[in-house]
Amino acid sequence: MANPTMTLIASQTIGSGGASTFNFTSIPNTYTDLKIELSARTSATDGSSGQSAAITFNGSSSNYNLIYLLGIGAGVYNGTATNAWMYVCPSNWTGNTFSNSTCYIPNYASSNYKSMSIESTDENNGSNTYLDIVAALWSNTAAINQITLTAGGGNFVQYSTAYLYGIKNS
Amino acid sequence: MGVTTTTTSAATYTPIATTTLGSAASNITFSSISGSYTDIVAVFNGGASAGSNALALQLGNGSVDTSSNYSITFLSGNGSNAVSGRVSNNAYLYIDARATLPTTLTANAIISIQNYSNTNTYKTTISRYNDAAGEADATVGLWRSTSAINIIKLYPDSGANFLAGSTFTLYGVKAA
Repeated sequence: MANPTMTLIASQTIGSGGASTFNFTSIPNTYTDLKIELSARTSATDGSSGQSAAITFNGSSSNYNLIYLLGIGAGVYNGTATNAWMYVCPSNWTGNTFSNSTCYIPNYASSNYKSMSIESTDENNGSNTYLDIVAALWSNTAAINQITLTAGGGNFVQYSTAYLYGIKNS
Repeated sequence: MGVTTTTTSAATYTPIATTTLGSAASNITFSSISGSYTDIVAVFNGGASAGSNALALQLGNGSVDTSSNYSITFLSGNGSNAVSGRVSNNAYLYIDARATLPTTLTANAIISIQNYSNTNTYKTTISRYNDAAGEADATVGLWRSTSAINIIKLYPDSGANFLAGSTFTLYGVKAA
């Protein structure tokens, strides 16, 4: 038990013209945990869905829930939702600004439900900034072999990136 | 004086120890932790046998410190209200502020301890706790000791057991 075991499985960068999704397929079950690192901006304006990236596993959009705790610089918001998401910088916020988000998924290949630890930041030197922590759950016993990040509105813009890492515990 | 920057290309996220509980257990302890890393990260995924238990953490050198040398500041949301608070002079670190470990294997926590073997400084932890039916927390903790950490203990703080199937892994992170 002495080998470094955080390994890049795949990365994707959005090209000119944008794209509505990042899609990681055929994820091997040989790791213990997964970690997604997302740097992104969308072509949509801010609003309830225009600044989000929905997380779905294995092509399923069912059986997700979460608790979020959100600071926007002028207040704190707390609530629940029946999906899973990370925040993404919208098009009407400061130019060249991209959000940073992380999603950690322990025991992604187990037959238990899949819990997630998510953090998102949208600092943009403007009146709207987001700092968000999220506890999310996918109530499904299937091993995760596909992860899709879908822009809540518009497309992910050029230079947006997503990295998927696998972490082994031995 | 000034800032010294060291550049390295070594891969440095290394599993030190891991446990999957085959049966319920009152605690999990990682001992004889090597001092050869810069930081350590503990990852938990599981639940407890009864409600109203917090995920608790004790640290030590040789044996865990059970004295009132711990303090925390937390930010916590349960879906209906957000709170921040703190606890001083406690006998352990809270990882979830509202003591809501679930009775299913659906909680996780990621606990980072920077410079865990530095004998000149008290030890600061930063953690995230996640239970989508309970609470989302971010917590900073302090263990007021200059001893190098070579043992850590995680346990439900009000007498419950961790559920069978709960997993615990300790990783080491090297700066060079």
